[in-house]
Amino acid sequence: MSTTVDTTPIARQKRNRFMLQAACIAVSLFMLVPIYLISLAALSTRESLNEFPLSLLPTNLSVETLNAFLGSTGIFAALGNSLIVGAGTLLLSALIGVPAGYALARFTFPGKDPYQLFLLFTRALPIVVLSVPLARLFLTMDIYDTTYAVILLHTALALPTTILISASVFLSVPVDVEEAARLFGCSPLGAFGRVVLPMALPGLAAASIFTFVMSWNEVLGASILTLDHRTLPAQVLSSLSDSPLAYRFAGGFALVIPSIIFIALMRRYLTNMWGSTIR
Amino acid sequence: MAVEAPPTPAATVAPPRRRRIPPAVLLIAPSVIFMALLLGWPVIQGVLQAFRDEQGFTLEFVNRMVQDPYFWPAVRNTLLLIVVMIPLQFALAIAMALMLRSNPRLHKVHFFVWAIPLALSDLAAGLVWLSIFNDRGYLNSALSWFGLQGASWLAYDNQTSMFICVLIAELWRATSLVLIIVVAGLQGIPKDYDEAAQVFGATFWQRLRHVTLPLLKPSLQVALILRTILAFQTFAVAQALTGQNFPLVVGETYRWYTGLQNPNVAAALALVILVVSMLTSVFYLRALRDKNQGGLR
Repeated sequence: MSTTVDTTPIARQKRNRFMLQAACIAVSLFMLVPIYLISLAALSTRESLNEFPLSLLPTNLSVETLNAFLGSTGIFAALGNSLIVGAGTLLLSALIGVPAGYALARFTFPGKDPYQLFLLFTRALPIVVLSVPLARLFLTMDIYDTTYAVILLHTALALPTTILISASVFLSVPVDVEEAARLFGCSPLGAFGRVVLPMALPGLAAASIFTFVMSWNEVLGASILTLDHRTLPAQVLSSLSDSPLAYRFAGGFALVIPSIIFIALMRRYLTNMWGSTIR
Repeated sequence: MAVEAPPTPAATVAPPRRRRIPPAVLLIAPSVIFMALLLGWPVIQGVLQAFRDEQGFTLEFVNRMVQDPYFWPAVRNTLLLIVVMIPLQFALAIAMALMLRSNPRLHKVHFFVWAIPLALSDLAAGLVWLSIFNDRGYLNSALSWFGLQGASWLAYDNQTSMFICVLIAELWRATSLVLIIVVAGLQGIPKDYDEAAQVFGATFWQRLRHVTLPLLKPSLQVALILRTILAFQTFAVAQALTGQNFPLVVGETYRWYTGLQNPNVAAALALVILVVSMLTSVFYLRALRDKNQGGLR
């Protein structure tokens, strides 16, 4: 029959579209189901965690386990320490890193290429290599087991990234506006503060959230550099082997929730942050 | 009081022009000093710590490290994890990025969900999967709802399943980093190339092999180096899931430092990581540069 239309391409395209949707949903489930399960575990009572098989649906939710976790010794202090260390790292690395990033974006200077190479090299430096010798240095400087020690380590780790990210942020601010401000009588500092900085601020804010996340998540260095003033991950890690499962699940939950908030806050910046800066 | 004479032109020139420090140097200097103190110095100290005792040069710590029964399993596990994980992770991340690129429904939501693990520590990932893989966890529960007998996934004598558990947890956590870099790379490639190839009848695989992947190469290089270096530092996942049963090199460093109180052997182990990371980076840079005649950007 000459009037029939070959519909196979359209059918195939429909099938492909369907497969695509299904695959996306499958990946999303792979990402979400573990988060759902850890939340479920952290929000179950201790008795219901001892049952087997565990219920996969939120049948009896309670905050008892989570309360027990938050109430156990050192957790609140560790939470506080984590916040202090995160904020301190953010401030210090911004203070040192943003000017360097600005210089990288705006000036040519002797040694620029080696400097950039050096930054890339330091990204490859494993945390362990730094932590063990730094522990001894901090012992002699009498700041071992303080939040300052961890702030210094985390700043050292975050600094190369901060510099590279802020350099790329400043690169996206046109030089013209800065020159215009200078032309109208701004000092170099004034032009920076009044014109460049406001334009760069959203990007810099995203960069500093990254720094905070890095510091919030860092486990090894913080556990090596502290004994009594641990950050949250270090505290959880050190009490891992002698704590009940419920405690560990609550700890996992407490570490997962902030990350969801972080990503939600900066989802707009995810790709241009990582994509443009790393190389 | 004599009024100062206006400076003669000669006088203004006279004081030898002080060499002004260029502003760039002033801006850079704090970061250089800071990193020299907190990155450069510890590396040197680490080498000294690993190779010196009171008497001077010694290989004692290196020997103790190598003779420790956990050392070679840790090296083997670390390498095995990297060799299996990196290709899987890259295949997965590229597939996910391509899926996002074809604009599925709700692709923004999907992207957000897939990026969540980006901000997770490996400790958190380990604890999350512990709730699933432990003997009385959700996996065995789900199996028993279906009437199946569960297994001790994390038991000491079950090295293979332990490895797979750590692998899944790491795939879950760290694929998003590769994904983000690949997505950013894809955004820089105009769709025209792909469409042109399509017009000329190239199949999906041909387009992927000859158009998309070559254009994506710079991003893939970066992701490869970064991801491998980070993978060498994995340890809290294994610690949370298996305790000591699945040793990794960095976990050993932690054990020697905190458990066995021996910073020297810990420093030696840290140097192993450093050397291997550096060698891998150099290897990637050279291998990828050779194929890529233009040189690496």
